[in-house]
Amino acid sequence: MSGLPRLLAGIPASGALDLDGHVRTHGELPHERRHRRRESPLIELVEHAGLRGRGGAGFPAARKLRAVGASRRRPIVVVNAAEGEPASLKDKTLCQLAPHLVLDGAQLVAEALGADEVLFCVCETSPDSAESVAPAIEERGSSQGEVPVRLSVVPSGYVSGQESALVNHLGGGAALPKSTPPMPFEQGVKRRPTLINNAETLAHVALIARHGSAWFRELGTPSQPGSALVTLSGPVAHAGVYEIEPGSSLSSLLEAAGGADGQPRAALLGGYAGAWIDGSLLRGVALADEHLAVHGASLGAGVVALLSEDACAVAETARIARWLSDQGAGQCGPCVNGLDALASTIEQIAAGEAHGDTGARIERLATLTRQRGACGHPDGAVRFILSSLQTFADEFADHGRHGRCDACGRAAELPLPLPLDARIDASRRRVVPA
Amino acid sequence: MSQRVRLNPIACEAHGMCAELLPERITLDEWGYPLIDDEPLPHALVGHAKRAAAACPTFALLIEREREGK
Repeated sequence: MSGLPRLLAGIPASGALDLDGHVRTHGELPHERRHRRRESPLIELVEHAGLRGRGGAGFPAARKLRAVGASRRRPIVVVNAAEGEPASLKDKTLCQLAPHLVLDGAQLVAEALGADEVLFCVCETSPDSAESVAPAIEERGSSQGEVPVRLSVVPSGYVSGQESALVNHLGGGAALPKSTPPMPFEQGVKRRPTLINNAETLAHVALIARHGSAWFRELGTPSQPGSALVTLSGPVAHAGVYEIEPGSSLSSLLEAAGGADGQPRAALLGGYAGAWIDGSLLRGVALADEHLAVHGASLGAGVVALLSEDACAVAETARIARWLSDQGAGQCGPCVNGLDALASTIEQIAAGEAHGDTGARIERLATLTRQRGACGHPDGAVRFILSSLQTFADEFADHGRHGRCDACGRAAELPLPLPLDARIDASRRRVVPA
Repeated sequence: MSQRVRLNPIACEAHGMCAELLPERITLDEWGYPLIDDEPLPHALVGHAKRAAAACPTFALLIEREREGK
């Protein structure tokens, strides 16, 4: 028995799992009592489970809970389903298909920390998420004495789901990152200690509270236990969101997706702050950070974006690099100037119009851009750009000499946000056997 | 207790006063934004660092005491 699906269990073909169906599938929520002057047992349970944050950074969930719990002030819990990463649909899928699992997790951590308020953040480009979460909140009511949950729609943007940007937004400001410290766990929304957890992280908490930490660890690897949601895009028969076991092979994911359409040129892991793995190496790839590290990659927020052999990797890189530059908050000089200069250099190479030692120029710009912003955006964008230049070195050299290639004019492959969120239909949710 | 120079990159508008007043620790990049060496300040530089912070028109330069942990 594979033990999957977990998060996506019991979801009807018609769409969202309502409260009755949710309780039938997962059982009643084991409410958490606030223990005076003593840590809630939930935190130790989450620690033993080894749950890591699923927003991309992979920070241990228990450590974050403890950091917020250490304050004497009453904390606030924020559910982060903003999911600004264009290649990721997993949090939107979770909100739309299993909103009660996320709400359960939010309740549990709010009760464990003695929080009196939960703020649920979804992105404005995903009205389907708001339309699914709002009735789910309504459906639960306050009958069970639950901590009240308020839905907040966050403006679209690659950096608007960043923790300090959410704090800014929820405080009535723009959804832009701010300079830290103080960190949100010290001083967040309303200047109170604030726990900000990714939606999938909270859904796992809901299951850990029901089934225990040993059950949770039955799947996954020692450092990435549990199941994980990934968003697969590119030339496969069925792109979409899948629940996998970390450590399982990329081949098994592609198989479950109906197979790749030819040999992919490369796969982008983790999203647009992530790294590429060359197509020739994909066969042996296992989807867990300890295996991906040799490729300089990580699972991040669960993005697996394939690029087809027919695509022009240089044109794709140039397009994404420019988008990443445009998506900066525009607040920190080195990020504004550095990402723009990097994107311009790549555009010049793509057009065969670059002069001088472009390798040295990119190296210098990368050094000037990295680690100099208030948030991690410049670091992630530089990682993506350098990985692209390395993985597609031959194509870049060719464009540098001869300019645009025949494939440059092809339709773009790597996903960028559509004007309005492409509605996720239930048939795009799939489960990969371990 | 050691002290370090820290920058609020959002507040910084590249006036460049800091690099004038604390060249031992601060140089400017090609766009005029400060590149900061954040090694602990030796005693002799603390006064200069404080003057540089006070001279910043946007109060983007901070002199920070060592924080415990993170």
